[in-house]
Amino acid sequence: MDHPAGDAPDILFDVRRVTRRFDGVTAVADVSFSVARGECVSVIGPNGAGKSTLFNLLSGADVPDEGVIRFDGEDVTGFAPERFASRGVARTFQHGRVFGNLSVLDNVLIGAHARLELARRGLPGVGAVAELLRALFAPPSVRREQQRLDAEARAILARFGSRLMPRIDSPAHSLSYANRRRVEIARALMLQPRILLLDEPTAGMNESETAEMLALLLELKGEGTTILLIEHKLELVMTLSDRVIVLDDGRKIASGAPDAVRNDPAVIEAYLGHRQVGHDASSQRAAVA
Amino acid sequence: MGAWLEYTINGLIVGNIYALLAVGLALIFGVSHLINFAHGSVYMIGAFVGWFCLTKLALPLPVAFAATIAACALLGVAIERIGLRPLQGAARIAPLLATIGISFVLDQLAQLVFGPDPRSVPAALPNWTVVIGGATIGSLDVLIALIGGGAACVLYAFLRYTRLGWAVRATAQDRDAAQQMGVDVNAVNRTVFAIACALGGLSGLLVGMYYNSIDPSMGFQATLKGVVALLIGGLGNVPGAIAGSLLLGLVESYGVAMFGTSYRDLFAFVLLLAFLVWRPNGLFSSNRRLPPEPLTGTFLSNRLTLKLPRPVLIVLVLAAFALPFVAPSPYVLQTLTNGWIYGLLALSLTLVAGTVGQISLGHAALLLIGAYASGLLSVDLGWSPAVTIPLAGAITAVLGTLLVYPSFRLRGHYVSIATLGIGEIVGLVVLNWDGLTRGPIGVSGIPPLSLFGWALDDARSAYWLTLTILVGFALVQVRLLHSHLGRTWRAIREDDVAARAYGIRPNRYKAMAFAFGGLAAGVAGAIAAHQYSYINYQTFDSQVSILALTMVILGGLGNVLGAIAGAVALIGLPELFRFAAEYRMLVYGIVLLLLVRFRPQGLFGTV
Repeated sequence: MDHPAGDAPDILFDVRRVTRRFDGVTAVADVSFSVARGECVSVIGPNGAGKSTLFNLLSGADVPDEGVIRFDGEDVTGFAPERFASRGVARTFQHGRVFGNLSVLDNVLIGAHARLELARRGLPGVGAVAELLRALFAPPSVRREQQRLDAEARAILARFGSRLMPRIDSPAHSLSYANRRRVEIARALMLQPRILLLDEPTAGMNESETAEMLALLLELKGEGTTILLIEHKLELVMTLSDRVIVLDDGRKIASGAPDAVRNDPAVIEAYLGHRQVGHDASSQRAAVA
Repeated sequence: MGAWLEYTINGLIVGNIYALLAVGLALIFGVSHLINFAHGSVYMIGAFVGWFCLTKLALPLPVAFAATIAACALLGVAIERIGLRPLQGAARIAPLLATIGISFVLDQLAQLVFGPDPRSVPAALPNWTVVIGGATIGSLDVLIALIGGGAACVLYAFLRYTRLGWAVRATAQDRDAAQQMGVDVNAVNRTVFAIACALGGLSGLLVGMYYNSIDPSMGFQATLKGVVALLIGGLGNVPGAIAGSLLLGLVESYGVAMFGTSYRDLFAFVLLLAFLVWRPNGLFSSNRRLPPEPLTGTFLSNRLTLKLPRPVLIVLVLAAFALPFVAPSPYVLQTLTNGWIYGLLALSLTLVAGTVGQISLGHAALLLIGAYASGLLSVDLGWSPAVTIPLAGAITAVLGTLLVYPSFRLRGHYVSIATLGIGEIVGLVVLNWDGLTRGPIGVSGIPPLSLFGWALDDARSAYWLTLTILVGFALVQVRLLHSHLGRTWRAIREDDVAARAYGIRPNRYKAMAFAFGGLAAGVAGAIAAHQYSYINYQTFDSQVSILALTMVILGGLGNVLGAIAGAVALIGLPELFRFAAEYRMLVYGIVLLLLVRFRPQGLFGTV
């Protein structure tokens, strides 16, 4: 099911034998997969399977102990998060990490930071001073860029209908949980992502809100956005995904088309609680011994 | 060889005394995640209680020890009640600031009651010594070693074998879970503060006996030493704190042996920074940990804040410029000029601490660098202040940013400790670098302000110059806050993990804030040098840093107008009421305490 390693031209993320351990617990064990351009791949699995750790590895928030991560052919293993961002990897966080005291609009504008002409790096030291001076004197080019980004951010917020537009100047901490998740996704879109990593985008949403989110994600997919998704709501996963990867105990136990994965005995076992069975059995053995 | 053994024993004895402090700090940090900055003040109070019992009441030594322990335990309970319990839902930094306020109050009260002069403590001990391998050990050394070891054993037994000790350990591991299981978390905190402060007070009395001298200002250095030892051992790690204390005592003792007494503190702070940069989790932990998710619910409400419309502001600024025509009293103008100088410092700090969220406890060091730069350039090279003041600003911007750069990867409490340490290091370098800074004598005869040949030595022109510079910096800062830098800085403050995920390099933007803030503070220090005409390494010390922080909180963290208003209020009002200097510091401490407790958003609201 997986694409061959790295040589296909349309492979965006290529993850090879990645492992991450925490104090003896192996959160991600020897996981390999790839995501092709324009594809929507979902990562599912029980709680504690290592999905979010995997996302941290794929966005630079954490560094793998072993393995190689390539993005668009470039070895990005161990890169800092800001370098992932500058290459077009946009992520959301499991519990929603918006900037609480910033307005909704400012939150979304932060999303464009990686491609801000005004904030280009330049030489060490000198580049920072130049950025300070550009911010202070705001030459016409800077003002044009800011107006353009402002319009872009408003257009992205408009995609969420009446959910966010009326609250565009409110501080993000005053929003509902679902709305904060929407702001996060808007911020990720503002990066003009080449790949979107969404960590449980519908967590804490009711049925109609989930349907709304599904519509948005389908729309994004239709526009050709590459999406890597962590999600617990299987219905959404089945509708949206081209392929599904199943993690359990940090290992990849299955991958393939949604229907095939759904009927995979290993997956059913993982979801229906082999843990309890196994646990009971082993504790019984221990009791006997 | 004998001399080295002597230094080793001396180091271990001093380390033992530090351990009594650091163990208390570690216990408190363990259960409440608070670095108790009032710990040194408790230590000082303990020394004075013991001194009072021994000299005024002529009580025997064991009774004096018991009285010290009891008094300091009570004080600890009071600190917990005032500084920690009411602030449980507040921002993480709030209890830390509250304990700083408490320490100001305690130190100044002691100053008022006992006077600032050092007093000697009679060591009522048999006067015998033994000589081992060329090193002398006296009865006091043995007593200190016994108390240190004994306290550690009692503490271990308490934590390991008593119900309350279990409750303490449970609370340290998971406060909420402990509460769910019926542990009275407040009682645990109270107990821990009582134990910790009793040990701290005991340590103070022992130090008084060891050096035969106590004074009301001995607490601050003790807090710093305790914190250094705590950090070396790893925050909240009790055995680690003991090891850290012994290490610190040894390093200091050997350092003093090799370089001289005035370097003692420098070693402590260099050790602090080395650990912060290379092993922020302490000696015994090397884990690469993921940063925790940010705490929610720490948003300060901006209810009931003052909002001044623009026309009112313009009128106020014009009124400030017109004031010398109305009230030409040099006293009033000088006071306000000093207020503007502190306004520049507060602008700098409100950017760094408020907008970028790096609570700096060593900001006065920037004033010191600026003052020395401009003072030395104009005295040694004879340059005009018109050149040296901007140059001093630039030097401060560069030097200040380079000094804090290694600590940019730290967060929260660690940033505060690091900046505190850096501030102390700057002061100590100024003190010890005789060749450049004239050491303890200071720089005198700094020429008055002048601009391209015009002398600005009267109160009025100095007032106008300083006010103009202040308004200029304030306008630039407001403009920067409205640019993309404003939201970028605030994003780093809110959640640096999310900020980095969107391409923000926190170091770059922190450096920009520190550089711009350094420029403002450096210019302020330079103006002050020319105004005061004499400066030394204590002109701008850690008290000034805390004062600046109080100004900034009073105005509202991050608020430009608030910073200036806070500076003018805290410089001007005590003058207005003609408080004596001791009462002034007391007032600052109380203001800080009240603000943190009742009005964390300040007068004008946080931005």
